[in-house]
Amino acid sequence: MTHLHTQLDAQGRLRHFLTIEGLSRKLLIELLDQAEGFLGVAQQAVKKVPLCRGKVVANLFFETSTRTRTTFELAAKRLSADVLNLNISTSATAKGESLLDTLRNLEAMHVDMFVVRHAESGTAHFMAAHAAPHVSIINAGDGRHAHPTQALLDMFTIRRHKGGFDHLRVAIVGDILHSRVARSQMLALKTLRVPDIRVIAPRTLLPAKVEEAFGVSAYYDLAEGIRDVDVIIMLRLQRERMSSALLPSEHEYFQLFGLTEERMKAAKPDAIVMHPGPINRGVEMDSAVADGRRSVILEQVTNGIAVRMAVMAMCLGSQGSK
Amino acid sequence: MLEAPRLTIRGGRLLDPVSRLDRVLDLHIAGGRVLALDAPPEGFRPDRILDARGQIVCPGFVDLCARVREPGDEHKATIASEVRAAAASGVTTLCCPPDTHPVIDTPAVARLIHQISKRHALARVLPIGALTQGLEGQTLAGMAALKQAGCLVLSQADQPIRDTQVLRRALEYAATFALPVFLLPLDPDLAAGGCAHEGVVSTRLGLPGIPESAETVVLARALVLAEQTGARIHFQRLSTARGVEMLAEARARGIAVSGDVAMHQLFLTEQDVATFDANCHLIPPLRTAADRAALRQGVAEGILGAICSDHQPHELDAKLAPFPETAPGLSALETLLPLGLRLVEEGVLDLMTLIERLSSGPAEILGREPGRIVPGAPADLCLFDPQVNWTVCPETWISRGQNTPFMGQRLRGRVSWTLFGGRIVYESWRVGAHPA
Repeated sequence: MTHLHTQLDAQGRLRHFLTIEGLSRKLLIELLDQAEGFLGVAQQAVKKVPLCRGKVVANLFFETSTRTRTTFELAAKRLSADVLNLNISTSATAKGESLLDTLRNLEAMHVDMFVVRHAESGTAHFMAAHAAPHVSIINAGDGRHAHPTQALLDMFTIRRHKGGFDHLRVAIVGDILHSRVARSQMLALKTLRVPDIRVIAPRTLLPAKVEEAFGVSAYYDLAEGIRDVDVIIMLRLQRERMSSALLPSEHEYFQLFGLTEERMKAAKPDAIVMHPGPINRGVEMDSAVADGRRSVILEQVTNGIAVRMAVMAMCLGSQGSK
Repeated sequence: MLEAPRLTIRGGRLLDPVSRLDRVLDLHIAGGRVLALDAPPEGFRPDRILDARGQIVCPGFVDLCARVREPGDEHKATIASEVRAAAASGVTTLCCPPDTHPVIDTPAVARLIHQISKRHALARVLPIGALTQGLEGQTLAGMAALKQAGCLVLSQADQPIRDTQVLRRALEYAATFALPVFLLPLDPDLAAGGCAHEGVVSTRLGLPGIPESAETVVLARALVLAEQTGARIHFQRLSTARGVEMLAEARARGIAVSGDVAMHQLFLTEQDVATFDANCHLIPPLRTAADRAALRQGVAEGILGAICSDHQPHELDAKLAPFPETAPGLSALETLLPLGLRLVEEGVLDLMTLIERLSSGPAEILGREPGRIVPGAPADLCLFDPQVNWTVCPETWISRGQNTPFMGQRLRGRVSWTLFGGRIVYESWRVGAHPA
């Protein structure tokens, strides 16, 4: 089960960024190191580097998103690329144009990179399989499958706080079943050799055979699951899940799986709290935790730009040297 | 229709599972029927002699599930295109599920399919009548009229009957006319939104899963009703080990049920979905290696008495989308025999059993006289070379739908001639191009 052949070019360089799966630890570390270098760009008077000048990046968001789309846009602009933001809900696909036709039309306008978000798993992979040889695809979230830049920025944030990965206990809490973020995080944590990865949720929100599929441990009790962990990653719980047969109520979910300062005591004293956002306060965690001293949630957002710059620069760089 | 020629098939290995014939003999055909084996009758002068040395001669295959897409989806395929593919695959009878547009829930649609297929006369197309009107699972279809119009069995195609009382009544009513009922065991609520087996691969890929219970829950319900109503139920395209086990238990208790499996389920597994290959988007989904092993065993032991193609040709665009948005199904007629021969090569079945699962087994499930190689029997025959190697490629693919995960693969065994009613309806350009 590998996507290597579609993500890397013949020289083994990153051409597309579709999933963490199949990428080496060395490559992930290289991306994290490169992101460190880009963190300082935001502190400069002119917040730009000329690495991708003349390149055209199109943000193709078939699902609404503010945070991810904005950080991708800023990342591309800080690399001096030209950016197109396509409002898909009022565009050609709404008139019945196929995804492939959209891709081909934009390719004909000499777009170099597509940042794609879509509600169906496998979309980025599908587009990469049909993209022209000089075009790169970045997966900005496809269905329940993958959100690899989010996972990478989480790893970046963890490394900055914890120094490394091979001594950590990490807990991911919430709707693992529907979460592309969790899937990419589990793969990234595994690739970076985190020895103890835990997922915590009621059984209705855990996918089948999650332990076997990702080499993690499943917990159904929050207190037990976060005991002595170094990192707690909370996931967003979509409110529509409450009305289906997955959960009885927000109230009960918060009672059992919501993160409070009191419950945080089970984790290590220096444990950090993460969340990919947007947060449902009072559902996934209370405000005291979200805004507390151990929360690194806003840092994640800042780091996201640097990490996305690193991914884009590496993909566009492999194009430029052809 | 042209009159059937007088033929002699020379030197072929005749394999007939019904009479357990397995001998190298000449075969003589006239008037659309088998005339004699071995020595020709006195004065018999064939119009043509087919050199079948090194080849297998067996009854034509009966496919219990093959979509021809007509009427209604002619942009995908037509009866004309798919009976050509059937003929090239050694299939002389194919059953077309009722999910055409309009649905086969009136005699008119059944007759239309009969008429069109007779016009082409390359294979027998048997329309399967709908069990409920519009396949909506609510009101019973006019089963007696459908039977009169030539429907030998009834089914819901891939549509469910949610209401257990409706299912019970449908089974009872079908049993009134001794019509077998074909059911695809798939619970619509457990399968809802799913596009892959619920397991390790779907979890990794984030594809909504279809659990094993989507098959076994429906199977359990239908087995209980089969016992109660005395209806004859045939379960189509089983995909799970537990499903095979439940069927075996029911048969051991004397319940009149049978089952089949699609050929691709005996080869592919959930792992084949791992690259998001839309050609592996199938319903029922590809299951685990353990399920595949149990399905193979079920075929070998005869719990599954037939192997079907589950042929579902699609237009190119149907598979050009992200995996969950693609149409499920594969084009499968032309790989039916070579994949079957691979089962023989891998020691799952012997050649005679394979032929049985492809010809007399499904014929018996349909309630039709099984094909035989005895004097007087209709000359619906398949002649194939089990040794010839070929590559699945668009240039030689005959079905309108090229949606197969086997594209580009090297397969062994190919049909040389197909006889339908004693007429040669397919002749491979390869005949004679390889050593006998």
